[in-house]
Amino acid sequence: MYIIQQLINVLQLGSVYALIALGYTMVYGIIRLINFAHGDLFMVGAFISFIVATYLKLPFIPTLLISMTAVAMLGVNIERLAYRPLRQAPRMSAVITALGVGLFLENLILVFYPYPQSVPILLPTIVWNLGGISISFLQVLIIGLSLFLMLILDLIVRHTMVGMAMRAISSNKTIVPLMGVSVDKIISITFALGTGLAAVAGVMYSQAFPVIDPYIGILIGWQAFICAVVGGIGNIRGAMLGGFILAAVQIMVVAFLPSTYRDFVTFTLLLVILSFRPYGILGKPSMEKV
Amino acid sequence: MRKTLVISLVAMLTIMSMVLVGCKSSAGLTIPIGVNAELTGDIPAVGASCKNAALMAVKEINDAGGLDIGGKKYTINLIIEDDGGKADQSVSVTQKLISQDSVVAVIGPNASRYALPAAAIAESSKVLMISPWSTNAQLTIDPKTRQPMKYVFRACFTDSFQGQVVAKFAMNTLGAKKAAVLYDVASDYNKGIADVFKATFESLGGQVVGFETYTTGDKDFSGQLTKIKQSNPNVIFLPNYYNEVPLQIQQAHRLGITVPFLGSDSWGSQELIKLGGKEVEGDYFSTHYAPDIATPVAKKFVAAYTTAYGSVPDDVAALTYDSFGLLFEALKTAGKVDRQAVRDAMAGIAHYEGVTGNLQFKEGSGDPIKSAVILQIKNGKFVYFATANP
Repeated sequence: MYIIQQLINVLQLGSVYALIALGYTMVYGIIRLINFAHGDLFMVGAFISFIVATYLKLPFIPTLLISMTAVAMLGVNIERLAYRPLRQAPRMSAVITALGVGLFLENLILVFYPYPQSVPILLPTIVWNLGGISISFLQVLIIGLSLFLMLILDLIVRHTMVGMAMRAISSNKTIVPLMGVSVDKIISITFALGTGLAAVAGVMYSQAFPVIDPYIGILIGWQAFICAVVGGIGNIRGAMLGGFILAAVQIMVVAFLPSTYRDFVTFTLLLVILSFRPYGILGKPSMEKV
Repeated sequence: MRKTLVISLVAMLTIMSMVLVGCKSSAGLTIPIGVNAELTGDIPAVGASCKNAALMAVKEINDAGGLDIGGKKYTINLIIEDDGGKADQSVSVTQKLISQDSVVAVIGPNASRYALPAAAIAESSKVLMISPWSTNAQLTIDPKTRQPMKYVFRACFTDSFQGQVVAKFAMNTLGAKKAAVLYDVASDYNKGIADVFKATFESLGGQVVGFETYTTGDKDFSGQLTKIKQSNPNVIFLPNYYNEVPLQIQQAHRLGITVPFLGSDSWGSQELIKLGGKEVEGDYFSTHYAPDIATPVAKKFVAAYTTAYGSVPDDVAALTYDSFGLLFEALKTAGKVDRQAVRDAMAGIAHYEGVTGNLQFKEGSGDPIKSAVILQIKNGKFVYFATANP
């Protein structure tokens, strides 16, 4: 019973990690940029859902859609304004710009909401009790929706023209434009998908943990980044796997060892994984071309 | 023309000097007392409460004709300085009060991060300093010798004391035999209280069945709470800040945990109720003082403060008022206005009934032995529940 309850906790936390990690991995896969503003886009997603639900009093599904659309648009515009001019610049400049964008988003929200805010609960708080195991409707929804979105994303990347173009740009950015593919358009679509998923994660997260502040994206953003790296950055299935691995280790350490050991054991294990698989579990070694 | 100017000038000077002399003679004997408060900087609300309560305490004495010390009436000359929410300014302000204004004692600063540097100055200058609100255990300890300081006192209890209070409350009032704790291991405040709670609860014969940690910024506590649920505690102690506690209680409820939750003075913000809503209803926490406490001293203070400033006094105001009460008591006992005599009288105060409860000092420690109050959250309000004596 106890282990099943803890496994449900793993699935819930892992789904959130995976949704955010996907955004990191997609952006990295296509333009080799670690988008450190990604965790803050997750935070903006949570805040937009809070604003829509509090002031417009909309129910859950419109709130989710508005938040997704708004953050996807924000993501596309950030790419256009902040990252595109730097595409030919050294990679470090783009990473520093990404950190700057993240700080900008945090402080922008901080101007309006300096104190932690309470998010209205939009979903029915149903808790099922199955022989000593508590499962809430919200948990089922988070896990279900995340798996569904990951499946859709996997289909898009593997079985559509856009997905094919993404994979093509990822493997060779010089040749693809010669085939008549608009690189800018594909990059915009990638940003829209990645940040839209971060917004879904933000909305679901703020429903599960309904106290939000402008800094919630930092820690979880780092953790999702670690998930992406462990799974193999640039690899979409790797990001999902990484998300569930990190959540499983974190929660199982708490479940069976003193909880103080959590971060120590978790990150030691991740370092061990990386020392045997430096490109991540599903990552492929790539050659540096001279 | 010139003559009239000279005459008027002379007349003016004469009047001025008469006024000045008059002032001096009507003032009679005065005692300078310094206040070092956080009037600007990061916590101006704390400084404002401290200043308000200080002005009120002094006005009460002066309106009554002054303080009776050794058969003579003294009026209080209050000197309020701003430490600007900076440690270095806190030091220079304390130095100025002691050497330039020749105060008999300094009240404040309130926050531990400003009170600690000021305490070193007071101790080396051999001048009594009372911090109303600094709960950090290090305040009254000499950092070099690790011995208690002689001239530094406080009007509040220390962090660790709350751990004892809540442990006793859980066992004696709530009848708990098994308790669990979830705390932020990355914060001194939380960890200190949690450790003392565990030690006290176990020494009383209870069992701490869960002692789980997380780190600042975590939002998901499901792993820890599932583990705690498995161990079937009667109460769960959360000595954490008000922005995290609502999430912890809510997640516990979703996991089917129904036992009462306990907390410490870090819960004491209206934000807790705003963020937690119905989830925190019925839970308890320990703190310095309750505005609705029913002792006559407290009632009188709350009524007077509310009339004067239009708001209910917070814990800083109550503790500042008590700091002045203690100082007046020490001055009366000393029987003379002398820094050393006042300090000695302060260290020997065996019983003082303040707004925040009964206080007592024992020679060799600047920390009072005093009671804490337990508040309960009822209908979205903090309501006085019990007084916990040490």
